[in-house]
Amino acid sequence: MAERKMNLTLKVWRQKNKNARGDFETYAAKDISSDMSFLEMLDVVNEGLIEGGKEPIAFDHDCREGICGMCSLVINGQPHGPDDGTTTCQLHMRKFSDGDTIVIEPWRAKAFPVLKDLVTDRSAFDRIIQAGGYVSVNTGGAPDANAVPIPKAEADLAFDAATCIGCGACVAACPNAAAMLFVGAKVSQFKHLPQGQPERKSRVLNMIGRMDQEGFGNCTNHYECEASCPKEIPVRVIAELNREYTRAALTKR
Amino acid sequence: MALDSRVPSGPIEKKWDKRKFDMKLVNPANKRLYKVIIVGSGLAGGSAAATLAELGYNVHCFCFQDSPRRAHSIAAQGGINAAKNYQNDGDSVYRLFYDTVKGGDYRSREANVYRLSQVSVNIIDQCVAQGVPFAREYGGHLDNRSFGGAQVSRTFYARGQTGQQLLLGAYSALARQINTGGVTMHTRTEMLDLVIKDGHAKGIITRNLVTGKVERHAADCVILASGGYGNVFYLSTNAMGSNVTATYRAYKKGAAFANPCYTQIHPTCIPVTGTHQSKLTLMSESLRNDGRVWVPKEKADAEAIQQGKKKAKDIPPEARDYYLERKYPSFGNLVPRDVASRNAKMMCDEGKGVNGTGLAVYLDFADAIVRYGKAEAHKHGLDEDDKETVQRLGKEVVSAKYGNLFQMYDKITGEDPYEVPMKIFPAVHYTMGGLWVDYDLMSNVPGLFVLGEANFSDHGANRLGASALMQGLADGYFVIPYTVGDYLARIPSSERYLKGAFSEDDGEFTAAESVVNERTKKLLSIKGKKTVDTFHRELGHIMWEYCGMARNEAGLQKALEKIPALRAEFWENVNVPGDGDNLNVSLEKAGRVADFLEFGELMCKDALERRESCGGHFREESQTEEGEAKRDDEQFSHVAAWMYEGDDKAPRLEKEPLEFEYVKLTQRSYK
Repeated sequence: MAERKMNLTLKVWRQKNKNARGDFETYAAKDISSDMSFLEMLDVVNEGLIEGGKEPIAFDHDCREGICGMCSLVINGQPHGPDDGTTTCQLHMRKFSDGDTIVIEPWRAKAFPVLKDLVTDRSAFDRIIQAGGYVSVNTGGAPDANAVPIPKAEADLAFDAATCIGCGACVAACPNAAAMLFVGAKVSQFKHLPQGQPERKSRVLNMIGRMDQEGFGNCTNHYECEASCPKEIPVRVIAELNREYTRAALTKR
Repeated sequence: MALDSRVPSGPIEKKWDKRKFDMKLVNPANKRLYKVIIVGSGLAGGSAAATLAELGYNVHCFCFQDSPRRAHSIAAQGGINAAKNYQNDGDSVYRLFYDTVKGGDYRSREANVYRLSQVSVNIIDQCVAQGVPFAREYGGHLDNRSFGGAQVSRTFYARGQTGQQLLLGAYSALARQINTGGVTMHTRTEMLDLVIKDGHAKGIITRNLVTGKVERHAADCVILASGGYGNVFYLSTNAMGSNVTATYRAYKKGAAFANPCYTQIHPTCIPVTGTHQSKLTLMSESLRNDGRVWVPKEKADAEAIQQGKKKAKDIPPEARDYYLERKYPSFGNLVPRDVASRNAKMMCDEGKGVNGTGLAVYLDFADAIVRYGKAEAHKHGLDEDDKETVQRLGKEVVSAKYGNLFQMYDKITGEDPYEVPMKIFPAVHYTMGGLWVDYDLMSNVPGLFVLGEANFSDHGANRLGASALMQGLADGYFVIPYTVGDYLARIPSSERYLKGAFSEDDGEFTAAESVVNERTKKLLSIKGKKTVDTFHRELGHIMWEYCGMARNEAGLQKALEKIPALRAEFWENVNVPGDGDNLNVSLEKAGRVADFLEFGELMCKDALERRESCGGHFREESQTEEGEAKRDDEQFSHVAAWMYEGDDKAPRLEKEPLEFEYVKLTQRSYK
C-alpha cells in the first residue's frame, strides 16, 4: 500500500497525577506517515514536545505487537480505536485521513483510576485473578501431559477464552464499567478443561465477589465489550459466567 | 579469579540427580524465615517466584510493567520444545541435548544443556496441569510441530501465542501465591542497583515508577530474571521497556558478563519501513513449517519488483530461487535461525531483495494452501481439482495453524498474506549472552542467581527455536527451587535477614541508594538539546552496522571509537524533561539508554576478541568456502566472561574452558 503523509489535530487528555484535575490539550501532528503505528505517531509528537522543553504525553505500552495488553487509549470514543480486533499499538495511521481531528483519552472507569495523562491503574484485574483465576496445583508431581485426553472442540473453546490479554478495553467500552467479559473469559477457560473442575464453584464465586468489591458494574447486554475486544472474545463467555455463577451459588456446600 | 562451573562429576545422565542429592535442604517449617528477591516476572522470574513461595519461602518479586502478566515472554509465538517423543519419531532426552549443543555451534556447557533436556518433559506436564490450553489432535492428545535445527516434531504450541499461554500459566500460579501472602508483588518498580554485603548479594535499590520513590530492599539472596539486552540495537523484536539495567548494574558490582557478543538475529520479521519505526515484529519460526522462502533467480526480476513494476505472482516457478531448499536439502526451510538469517542477507546483498528498500525476501504460503486444500477436499469427498474449493479449504487449515500471525502481518503491512507472499527480513531477537552462572545458576557473586535469557548458560552461540520458553520455565520451575535452597541452607541462622542480622539501614544500602539518587539528579540536570530516543537510535545504528549480522575487525574498532564519543555527548547534551518524583517516562528511558551506551562497548569488545565465527556471531574473516560460520576450537572453545574493573579501566577477560565429553565437535552441517 502506498505511503501517504498527513497533518492531524490531536486533543489529548493531560493529567499531572492521580489527584490532579485533568483537561484536554490540543497538539498538531505534522507530516505523519500512513505507515506509522498510532503509538509511533505519538512518539513523534512526544519528541517534538521534549524538544520544546515540555513533558511528553505519558501512555502505557510495551510489546507493541498486540499481546502484552499494556497499551490502552480511547481513540475518538472507541477503546483501541476504530479498527476491529486490534490493540492501539497495532492500529496504523493508514486508517486516518489528512486533516482529521483525533480525541485521545485514558480508560475511564472507577476501578481504573488515572495515574498520569493516559496511564491508568488496572491492578484491580490482577486482584480478581488472585481471588481464584487459577488451578491450585503446586510445581512437581503433575501426571503425564497426555494422561487426560481433552476433546479438541473443548480445548479450542478454552483456548478462545484464554486469549484475553487483560487490557481492560471491555471495561472502558461498557456503559456500566463492567468487567464481566474479562472475568467470564477466565472462568470459561477453566470450565472447558478437566483441570478446572475441582475448583469450578469456588473460583467463580470468589472472582465475582472480588469483581464487585473492586467497583466494577454489571452486564446489561450492550455487547460493547465484544465489539471493542482486541482479541474478539465473544460475549458467550458472559453467558457462561452467569450460568456458572448461578450453578455455584445454588449448589455450593 | 578462576570461574568454577561446579559441574558434578559422573556420567552426564546422572549429574543432576547427584547434585540434587548432595544439596543441603531447608526444613519446610524454616523456609518462611528466608527472604528471597526476584527481579522480573516473565517465564523464569514468574515461575521461580510461584514455586519458591509454594515451598514456603518469603518471596518479593519486582517488575517494571503494571502487572506481572505483561512480561515480554508473553510475546513468544511459536512453541516450546520437550523431549516427550509423543510423535514416535525418534526423539529422546539425548537427541534434544545433542540438537541444542549442535544448534548452539558447540559453545554451551554440556551438563547444563543435558539437564535442560531432562526437565523439559516435566514442564509440559506442569503446564497442562495448570490448565494451559495447548493445541490438541482430534483424539484429545497433544499436537506437535517442527522447528528449526531439528528433524523431529517436538514443539508443543498454543496456536501462534504459546508464550502468552505459558506466561499466563506461570502468572496464575504467581497470583495464587500473591493471594496467600507467599509473594509480595512490586509492580511498576525498576531495579536500579544491586547491594552487596560481605561479598554476598543481599539486596537491591529500586525506583517506584509512579511515585519516583527510591527504596532499599534487603533479602537473603537475589535472583535476576530480567531478560535480554536486544534493545541495545534500538530496533529489535523486544518490548519497548526491555533493558539491560538489572544485569549491567550487577556486572558493575562484580558479576561476570559472559559472551555479550552472542546475539540472535531472527530470520523472519516484518521489514523496516521508515525512520519512525519504533520496533520490529517477529513472524514466528513455525511459519517455516509451511512457508517457502524465495527470491527471484534473476537480478533484473528483483529490480523490477523493487521498483514496483512486477509482483511476486509475475515471477513463474522456474524463475524463483528457493535458496534454502536448494542449499540445504535435508533441513530445507527449517535450517537454524543464524543460517537462515545469513542467507537472507546474502541474497539481498546480491541485489535480489523484494521490496522498495531491497531488504526483504519472500515467505510464500501458496503451495501449502494448495497442499492442505487438496488433503481436506480428499477427506471430505470433494473435488480435488476444483481450484476454488481447494483454496477455501486450504486457507481454513492455514488459518487454524497461524491465524493470529497472518492477522498481525495484515494489520502492520496492510497486505493479505493469504493472497500475496509475506515479505520478511532478519531482525535482532534474542541474546544468548548474559551474566555468567555456574551449574546451580549462581553467578560468581555468591547469593546472586540469574535465570532465563538474563543468564548465558544453555544456548551457546545460537538458540534453537522454541528453546527459550523451555529454558525460562526449566530454570524457574525445576532448577532454582533446588539450588537456591542449597545456598540458603548454608547461611548460618545468625546471619539471616529476618533474624535481624542486617537491615536496609546498613551502610552498603545507603551508599548504593545515594549513587542511584546522584545519577537521577545528574540526568535531570543536563537539560541539553537531544532527546533520549535520538541517542538510542544513534547507538542502534552503530551496533547494527558494526556488530550486527556480520562483523569484522575494522568495523568493530570503529564502533569502539564511536560509542564512547556518543556516550560522552549523552552526558552533556541529553534532554530529560520533568522531575524525579513522579511518573517520568523520559527519565526511565534515560537511565536504560545510559546503561546501553556502556554495555554496547562491552559487546563490541567481546565481538572483537572472539576472532572466530560461531552461531550468531559471524566474523567475516572466519568463514568456510561456502560462506558458513567457521569456528576456531583451538583458540575459542571457551566462555568469555568479562569482569568490571572501573569506569576508566578496560574490563578483564576471564575464560571458562568448554569441554565436550559427549558431543563431538564438527563443522555444523544442515545440508
